[in-house]
Amino acid sequence: MTTVATRRLHLPFRPTAAAAALAWLVAWFANLPLANWAAYDLLGLERGSHLGDAVAFFFLDVPKVLLLLLGIMTAVSFLRSYFPPERMRAALAGRGTVPATVGAAAFGIVTPFCSCSAVPLFIGFVEAGIPLGVTFAFLISSPMVNEVALVLLWGLFGPGVALLYMGAGLAVAIVGGLILGRLPLEKWIEPWVLAVRAGGGATSLDLRVSVEQRMRDAWTSTKDLVRKVLLYVIIGIGIGAFIHGFVPTELVAQIGGRENPFAVPIVVAIAIPLYSNAAGTIPIVEALLGKGMPLGTTLAFMMAIVAISLPEFVILRRVMKLRLIAVFASVVVAGILTVGFLFNALGI
Amino acid sequence: MKRIEVLGPGCYNCHLLEEAAKQAVMMAGVEAEVIKVTDYPTIARYGILRTPGLVIDGKVVSSGRIPSAGDIAEWLTAEEARA
Repeated sequence: MTTVATRRLHLPFRPTAAAAALAWLVAWFANLPLANWAAYDLLGLERGSHLGDAVAFFFLDVPKVLLLLLGIMTAVSFLRSYFPPERMRAALAGRGTVPATVGAAAFGIVTPFCSCSAVPLFIGFVEAGIPLGVTFAFLISSPMVNEVALVLLWGLFGPGVALLYMGAGLAVAIVGGLILGRLPLEKWIEPWVLAVRAGGGATSLDLRVSVEQRMRDAWTSTKDLVRKVLLYVIIGIGIGAFIHGFVPTELVAQIGGRENPFAVPIVVAIAIPLYSNAAGTIPIVEALLGKGMPLGTTLAFMMAIVAISLPEFVILRRVMKLRLIAVFASVVVAGILTVGFLFNALGI
Repeated sequence: MKRIEVLGPGCYNCHLLEEAAKQAVMMAGVEAEVIKVTDYPTIARYGILRTPGLVIDGKVVSSGRIPSAGDIAEWLTAEEARA
């Protein structure tokens, strides 16, 4: 079975993986001293000066974000390969509305999914008799509590912010799913979807993918992801570095602060067209948070960036009428605004 | 003559899978045609939840990942031996 595959391998798997992990650790711990050395000693910039701080931020964050993406994302994609949507569908079918909705939101964290698969997934769920609200809970949670956002939030802000973000995202997905499930939305599904009857053979899918293949898949998909977002990451860190070094704290506090009731809606409106650039946006968010932007406004901004995706709406238009997409989007936006206002009001 | 279908709306990964399938046909040295299926209702009938999907002679062999050309060639020849 593996003869053809093994002949094509260039490097032995285990030593390569071990060496990569070691190199990653060394780079991770060398990053801060190296960044400071490059900014303050090599370039001779003054500590505490606007330019010096901005350049040090840039030198620190570019390798840090890349390391997080390359290393942690590979590990996370590997683990996620054990939770395919087929497994989720089997776990959810036939359960009560509330447990199924909570389950679908939780699966959103671990199930590998990209918006290009939204249509087959939606059809497969409808066909299995899974209620629409449950499917929507997954469609909200999957991009919102996505691994790029969580990994970067954890790496840059620590577990507290990452877990708060995850909890808030799950809450939006569960409440949103329950609300959507109560509305009579079936009539706004495109009729052909309800007529699909999948043939047999779908159950014999490749659940026998080997550990090594999963690891290779994870590495390939991570490489692709990094290649796609690299430019945005560098631009984002550049903007973050500028904010970090030059934008006065009072300005950020004044615009994004708790006292400004429009801060949350404004950042959500800004965030909508920035979709799919979670990796590029988080460094900007990092700088803003450092300048005193409240957590509620920050979380709402992050959520709106990843959860409200115009390209995904275009894809979903194939299976649902525009009205249904509008209702779906409104519920998600309402949830995000609630999270923003709530966290700001609580003063966390 | 084998019939290989690449299921997917035309995303980047679907294109990669199509390339891998074409390479696999050459590696396996079997006679096969590689067809792209981009039409959603047709894709849905195969019951896959993730694209891209790969179908050999009407049977789904993978979905949601891009198997290597070597693996696909293996499946092509394995099918051949069984037939």
